[in-house]
Amino acid sequence: MKISGARIIMETLIEQGVDVVFGYPGGQVINIFDELYRYQDRIHHVLTAHEQGASHAADGYARATGKVGVVIATSGPGATNLVTGIATAHLDSVPLVAITGNVPCSLIGRDSFQEVDIMGVTMPITKHNFIVKDVTKLADTLRLAFRIAKSGRPGPVLIDIPKDVQVNTCEYSPEPAVQADEKPVASDEKLLAVAKLLGEAKRPYIYCGGGVLTASATQEVLKLAQKLDAPIGCSMMGISAIPTSHPLFLGMQGMHGHYASSMAEHEADLILAVGARFSDRATGNTKKFAPNAKIVHIDIDGAELQKNVPVYLGIEGDIKDAVDRLAEMVSEQTLPEWQERIRELREIEKTAPQSGKTLTPYRIIDIMSEITDEDTIVTTDVGQHQMWTAQRYPFEKPRTFLSSGGLGTMGFGMGAAIGAQMATGRRVVLVTGDGSFGMNLNELATAVTNRIPMVIVIMNNGVLGMVRQWQTLFFQKHYSNTTLARQTDFVKLAEAFGAVGMRAADPKAFEEAFRMAFTMDGPVVIDCLIDEDEFVLPMLPPGGSMDDVITEIKEE
Amino acid sequence: MERHVIAVLVANVSGVLSRVSGMFTRRGFNIDSLTVGETESSDFSRITVSFHGDSAVQEQVVKQLAKLHDVKEVEVLRPEETVSRELLLVKVKNDSETRQDILAAANVYRAKIIDYSLEALCCEITGETSKVEAFIELMKPFGILEMCRTGLVALERGCNCLKTK
Repeated sequence: MKISGARIIMETLIEQGVDVVFGYPGGQVINIFDELYRYQDRIHHVLTAHEQGASHAADGYARATGKVGVVIATSGPGATNLVTGIATAHLDSVPLVAITGNVPCSLIGRDSFQEVDIMGVTMPITKHNFIVKDVTKLADTLRLAFRIAKSGRPGPVLIDIPKDVQVNTCEYSPEPAVQADEKPVASDEKLLAVAKLLGEAKRPYIYCGGGVLTASATQEVLKLAQKLDAPIGCSMMGISAIPTSHPLFLGMQGMHGHYASSMAEHEADLILAVGARFSDRATGNTKKFAPNAKIVHIDIDGAELQKNVPVYLGIEGDIKDAVDRLAEMVSEQTLPEWQERIRELREIEKTAPQSGKTLTPYRIIDIMSEITDEDTIVTTDVGQHQMWTAQRYPFEKPRTFLSSGGLGTMGFGMGAAIGAQMATGRRVVLVTGDGSFGMNLNELATAVTNRIPMVIVIMNNGVLGMVRQWQTLFFQKHYSNTTLARQTDFVKLAEAFGAVGMRAADPKAFEEAFRMAFTMDGPVVIDCLIDEDEFVLPMLPPGGSMDDVITEIKEE
Repeated sequence: MERHVIAVLVANVSGVLSRVSGMFTRRGFNIDSLTVGETESSDFSRITVSFHGDSAVQEQVVKQLAKLHDVKEVEVLRPEETVSRELLLVKVKNDSETRQDILAAANVYRAKIIDYSLEALCCEITGETSKVEAFIELMKPFGILEMCRTGLVALERGCNCLKTK
């Protein structure tokens, strides 16, 4: 039987196992939304306040589960509103399929109403993209989009579907869900060479990136680390891959990483990087990065090898399989001298000065973590609050920390929290700042409508704290446009949206508020008043290495 | 900084040239020349790109291109194992004083005169980049009115062929 393009989209989504999509209707997707109406018992469409929120929600859905997230938007501004969300997913290797409508084929190229060349716009920020001009190619293109999104190193794929293609009909026959392509396999020869290097190393350090989460390789990495007696650190994207409580885990390294973790990496004689990409925020100045270390790099994306830092040995392959085989190849050993040094570094880290204020960012996170459980998903926006959360919150289970790493998208967390909650049914916490929250707080409406059990913790310091920190340290305290001086009352704002709002100025009030919020079944905003001069420390100054690390701020 | 030449076999679909050239722009690699045309199969086009950079740049260019979905094969063409040509059309000022010199130069370089008028003559020359560039230098004193180069096309010597696996 012949069916319309719009219906083919529904059928193909169902084929691929999709039951939740995020989006926003518009003129050139009206046919798709008409089918969503008919298919509402099988595909739940979550209407957001803005397409950007929908794109982050699809991203959060994907990050929390590993499944492909789907977002639908109309042509023109609907499509361009997805751009930040698609770029966010691209930089963090998140599998996403974005479906946009476009003007009918006959109107393309005439600057028609709400026409934009979204394929051209998104070419550099997608893994691949398509425009489908023939309805007979629609189902296969959608299938291919899913396959590309989830194969190898995952990423976003956009499909632009002109309105006439949604209306036109053709034969359709269902197919099973597409499988990801075969993963590249690391060669035995290279792994044996790595095993030898690891056996000879006196100060090995395992550096985990987001690839460990994508590959579900937690157990394999732990097995290897335990046999080697090697400490483990991670990039921000690698957070939650290794349980914080694990004795070999030192936490995030890099620009705002744990002192012990970054220092151990700096002093290491061998770094085994697993599914990480040596971003500038993770390495600081690459010329001074880990000066004594041979770097061995395993990644599913061969193009990452030798891209940002020269590596001694680069291996393209599936991490889970490669690390598992590597763990079989190495002999069990202990490294008492190296572990002694790690203990010293941890001691130095522990004695780092804390601000004397009462409601400090760390205090907020500590209270939160007493009330949340291991399954609670924590999303963040971008800035100081993000770093404090990354440093301090004790993540124990994979995919419980969702944050925009590569693109650093302020406003990511609100949508991501909604998507993650929809995907898992679990309660979510968004830790945000007053600046970031201002970017996409409109999605509070979505959270209220869908009764999303989420707690929004705003670390409200009235300033754009991360930029302010740089201005304090490197720009002679010229607080150019970072003092917000807004009169927004977040409690009233929450209430105006139909959510619950609370305010906390001290630890006790915060604990009470958070405890209560954690029992409610809709969104709760907690406005936490913190000092504008809290710093994120340690900090690598721009162009610096761990030799230049800033661990305390001397008051003038 | 050496010159590198790579051959890229791509799906013959719309947008593929943007994807390939966009990768160079986005990652800050500079293209010296790029040529594209359909292959013996209309399903594929072949792109020849020449660019400058160190060996790390070359490695990244090859790997990043290979990641593009529409790119089927990428091969580095090493100068000693490659035959390469480009074509130049150059329009030179024609006057009675210089005419004989231009024609003599064209003859030595085996360039063809493909258009002739009282004010200008147009030469066509095919060869490796160095020959083409030498000819341009030679024509400069006569007054180049305009010129157009195809950029490099290249194939590996012997029977090795760039085919999709």
